[in-house]
Amino acid sequence: MCGIVGLYAKNPELRPRLGELVSPMLVELGDRGPDSAGIAFYRRPAERGGSKITSHHEDPGYDWAALRTALAAECGSDVGLEVRASHATLTCGLPPERAERWFAGQHPELRVMSAGDTIELYKEKGLPEEVVSRFGFREIDGTHALGHTRMATESAVTTEHSHPFSTGLDLCLVHNGSLSNHNRLRRELRRRGVAFQTDNDTEVAAGYLTWRLREGDALDEALEAANDDLDGFYTFAVATRDGFAVLRDPIACKPAVLAETEDWVAMASEFRAIAPLPGADRAEIWEPAPGRVYRWGGASS
Amino acid sequence: MSGARAPVEFDLAVGDTRSLNRSLHDAAPDGGAPPRWRIRNPGGRHALCVGMDAEAALEVFGHVGYYCGGMNQAAHIVIHGNAGPGVAENMMSGSVRVKGDASQSAGASGRGGLLVIEGNASARCGISMKGIDIVVAGSVGHMSAFMAQAGHLVVCGDAGADLGDSIYEAVLFVRGSVGSLGADCIEKEMTDGHVERLGGLLAAAGVEADARSFRRYGSARRLYHFHVDRADEY
Repeated sequence: MCGIVGLYAKNPELRPRLGELVSPMLVELGDRGPDSAGIAFYRRPAERGGSKITSHHEDPGYDWAALRTALAAECGSDVGLEVRASHATLTCGLPPERAERWFAGQHPELRVMSAGDTIELYKEKGLPEEVVSRFGFREIDGTHALGHTRMATESAVTTEHSHPFSTGLDLCLVHNGSLSNHNRLRRELRRRGVAFQTDNDTEVAAGYLTWRLREGDALDEALEAANDDLDGFYTFAVATRDGFAVLRDPIACKPAVLAETEDWVAMASEFRAIAPLPGADRAEIWEPAPGRVYRWGGASS
Repeated sequence: MSGARAPVEFDLAVGDTRSLNRSLHDAAPDGGAPPRWRIRNPGGRHALCVGMDAEAALEVFGHVGYYCGGMNQAAHIVIHGNAGPGVAENMMSGSVRVKGDASQSAGASGRGGLLVIEGNASARCGISMKGIDIVVAGSVGHMSAFMAQAGHLVVCGDAGADLGDSIYEAVLFVRGSVGSLGADCIEKEMTDGHVERLGGLLAAAGVEADARSFRRYGSARRLYHFHVDRADEY
């Protein structure tokens, strides 16, 4: 099953309340995915040329302050640190690729969940309601967010198998469905230099988009190519630094509802997740057509 | 006692789905006049107004989730909003009217009664229908009337790909274009008798359309029996 939610604040006045608005959406779809949950937030970009890395360590006593000190020594400037449960987001002056290399080389005990200059990604095993409280999602601001509640079918229930998946800078993807050609695609994408952390099918879809975008596709083009190359059932929601997109496979078994007002665009597996949003009763509401790409912002991504 | 009863209000912002459905089932007929209900704040919840088994007039104000009006028998349900997947699934009799759009599998497996969708219906509308009549004022998505066994599907707009795939004896009327016909579904002659039958369905649904502007589709009956043409090759 699984549940997907996405919220894109068109009106800047909603940005301080993004977490407060998207958290109940995630909780409402808890019964579609009680195994694990996560949200990727797009917020507070790092200074030009700098980066944000969200990483995870299972030990609640992990010394994040020492990590900050070490990273500050590496960049020779201040490093921002925000710890949320088992995750921490560090903001520094290193470009994202260099920061990622530093984490991989110096701190292999950490799992990098997302890298870029705007994305922050938090995900964990457990009921969505508990995950929301543990990370304090309600207090997080931002321009847009994508969330997922998981009922696992294709691979194990662990923090690293949870959604959203981020395989490229500032790119993330959530998925309701299952892919049938992910093993072959994963092999091909690895040969093309895309790195994967798990055997999960959704991570392959995220990796596929990373590869297409790196090859120069616009987000719409990458998703249209995904329509041809990915085999299986899917409703995808994808976010980039400044964009948000939705695609359903041509068979369209997996549900999806889109709603738009002057203030926001929302996407969810079911309308009940959208119903509590301010102005939902006046929103334009529709079911995305099979095989068609819907996109807001992100034309340059 | 005669005449309409005053409607009972039920607010789903206060009560839950179970208490609504229990109240609906427990409402005894009062001297013959069917009960009337007005249901507010459905908020996309699932399984609202399911399993009705007596005459009643129900109005739901807002959008509903999965299976609204499922298994309906004798009640008349109007949804002033959109409906999620499987609206009026397995309906036996009575009617369900959706003022907005309906998601996939509307009227699935329905055995009787009338489902009217004033907007569009998405994929698999009337899948495995077994006697229900469905009238859609807008268009329907792909794979509609898949394995449809009996009843009528009327589409005033267009039908998506693979209409009537593996159809048995249901009768399909489409006014607009058909994306493609599914396996064993063919266009059939529209006789005066069919025009009359369709006119009756449109009138019952309160949808204005000229019955003569529709085309009829149904089963070629080529899948009813196993073909043994190539049996010698095995």
